[in-house]
Amino acid sequence: MSVLINVENLGKAFRTYPSASQRIRSWLGLRTKGVQDVWVLRHLNFQVFAGEAVGLVGENGAGKSTLLKMIAGTLAPTEGKVELLGDVRAILELGMGFNGEFTGRENARHGLSMMGLSAEEAEALLPEVEAFAEVGDYFDRPLRTYSSGMQMRVTFAVATARRPQVLIVDEALAVGDAYFQHKSFEKIREMQQAGTTLLIVSHDRGAIQRICDRVILLENGQISREGDPEVIMDYYNAMLANKGNQKHSVQSEQLEDGRVATTSGTGEATIQRVSLYSAETGEPIEIATVGQALELRVDLHIHEAIDQLVVGYVIKDRLRQDVFGTNTHHLDQVLDNLEPGQTLDYRFRFDCNLGEGSYSFSVAAHADDTHVRHNYHWKDLACTFEVVNANKKRFLGVAWVPPTLAIEHSTTTTGEAP
Amino acid sequence: MIQRAIPIARYWWSYRYFVRSAIRNDLRARYARSKLGLLWALVQPLAMVLIYTLILSHLLSAKLPETSTVYAYPIYLMSGMLGWTLFSEALMRGLGIFVEQGELIKKVAFPRALLPVIAFGSATINGAALLSMMLAVFLFLGHWPDIHYLWLPGLIALALWLGLSIGLLFGLMNVFFRDIHQAVPVVLQFLFWLTPIVYALSMLPPEYHGYFAWNPVAKLTAAFQDVILYQRNPAEWHLVLLGSIAMVFTILSAGLYLRVKHELADHL
Repeated sequence: MSVLINVENLGKAFRTYPSASQRIRSWLGLRTKGVQDVWVLRHLNFQVFAGEAVGLVGENGAGKSTLLKMIAGTLAPTEGKVELLGDVRAILELGMGFNGEFTGRENARHGLSMMGLSAEEAEALLPEVEAFAEVGDYFDRPLRTYSSGMQMRVTFAVATARRPQVLIVDEALAVGDAYFQHKSFEKIREMQQAGTTLLIVSHDRGAIQRICDRVILLENGQISREGDPEVIMDYYNAMLANKGNQKHSVQSEQLEDGRVATTSGTGEATIQRVSLYSAETGEPIEIATVGQALELRVDLHIHEAIDQLVVGYVIKDRLRQDVFGTNTHHLDQVLDNLEPGQTLDYRFRFDCNLGEGSYSFSVAAHADDTHVRHNYHWKDLACTFEVVNANKKRFLGVAWVPPTLAIEHSTTTTGEAP
Repeated sequence: MIQRAIPIARYWWSYRYFVRSAIRNDLRARYARSKLGLLWALVQPLAMVLIYTLILSHLLSAKLPETSTVYAYPIYLMSGMLGWTLFSEALMRGLGIFVEQGELIKKVAFPRALLPVIAFGSATINGAALLSMMLAVFLFLGHWPDIHYLWLPGLIALALWLGLSIGLLFGLMNVFFRDIHQAVPVVLQFLFWLTPIVYALSMLPPEYHGYFAWNPVAKLTAAFQDVILYQRNPAEWHLVLLGSIAMVFTILSAGLYLRVKHELADHL
């Protein structure tokens, strides 16, 4: 595979001068004092290969957008370099410098020229842009009369009118209505399948996992982790869940089947064992049938006195998308004032109304109704199981939602009245 | 050097339609939603000429030497105004270009060097429109063009280049110190009255004439007055001097741009 983006020792600093005179001295090439560099990103090294889809995640202020802008070429690096071998199109923000007084068509034409297209090429692409944007008659009205969603449609249609070798998308998918989000997502996938390399910033875990081959996690302006989307997203979520907690730790552990499970927490209470049983026979199982009654057992040990304990779980599918989740807060069984040394055994009973496939449980013990605060222990991939369809008719999807069916026949009479 | 320059030149060349489109948009955006459009570009200088002519022509016309037409003063005024307007508009374009195009600079990667090209292009078209409308007024006043008018395209280019090169230098500084955009028009106003446009140098006491030698814009407007009103060649060394000043400002602007380009987008 050939390298399309090569980032070497890349850094961006915003330089502040103590006074105007110091800035002017720097223009004249004179010695300056008191100049401070605030580094937003530093010492970044990575490569993106042809045809790869790379996700970029990190908290606000981690430097994601700055990095994308440097790769797109709108921000200049302070140190290091970005090498690009191919044409790059970036959807960074709304607008692309569009003018509200001009019509969608005029702006689209100008937007295409901004990509370095000739008049003929731009003219040839306009019908496609118009068709994709689906703004109807508005295409020939001034842009200032557009809603932000309509502006987004035109921007996206222009930016993707010609398939670039590298497409950079910064949260653009989060704008617009559900229909267009879906449509633009499909367009991005199409480009990816046609060989376009993608670089995407998104907070949408589902989107990242469906598209990306690799995820880079930025933390405080540096690459803190890089690798398989599922693993990095688990780690990132665990990291977010425990922000600002000193005691807190995050570990990743490789399971026997090669998957990586992330555990985290402050450790006042720990999850000792998570296992799945048949609710009827009480036998441990790894393979369940659709509709079977199951029991999830979670054993906990209390190490330190805690005021409040909530235990919850999420069933996740193969792509680690949430299928169902609940906790003892929602089940009205929160426990209070627990003493060190206690052991608790939780048994959740439910019917396995899931489609065929492989699933896992993420289990967490925490203080509030969500795991975001006071996370004692959180375990991804705590237990995995397989669902097979043994005794139901064939169906699609991850959920078992059997309908009953009624069909009404009626005949419409036409012609003259009797 | 040449090996690096060729791909850059080819890259810029691929953006030629963008330049064309941007110039067209720039001209249209200025007069968007106005019915008379480009005519307004003429209204302001003409209104000024009309005011001064009505107020001053009877006082001053007798004192304009070396002229034969009765409309000597309005033509003197208009030719000076043409040079001044081209210069000051190009300067203001250069001054505002980085801040005005800030959104574009932050959002889209394109050759930044094309921004002054676009500004020069749209200023040229504006200037040509202004010139042709003024020529129509001259014809109306019975002042016919002669061979010396062939200087005009060169003079217009020189006025625009001088204005733009100075404007770009201050425009770059303005990104970091926004006071400059407020200060420059004030300075220009003083400069306007220190330049013999409304009055003629010959009307002033001779002991002051020496100070005007230090005002390069006076040399520019004098060249326009020479060609249009007096129908004679402008002083060549004045043009060389103005070209040199424009060249120095062009180099200074380019030098400052190279020094601040990595910070430019951060401050827009």
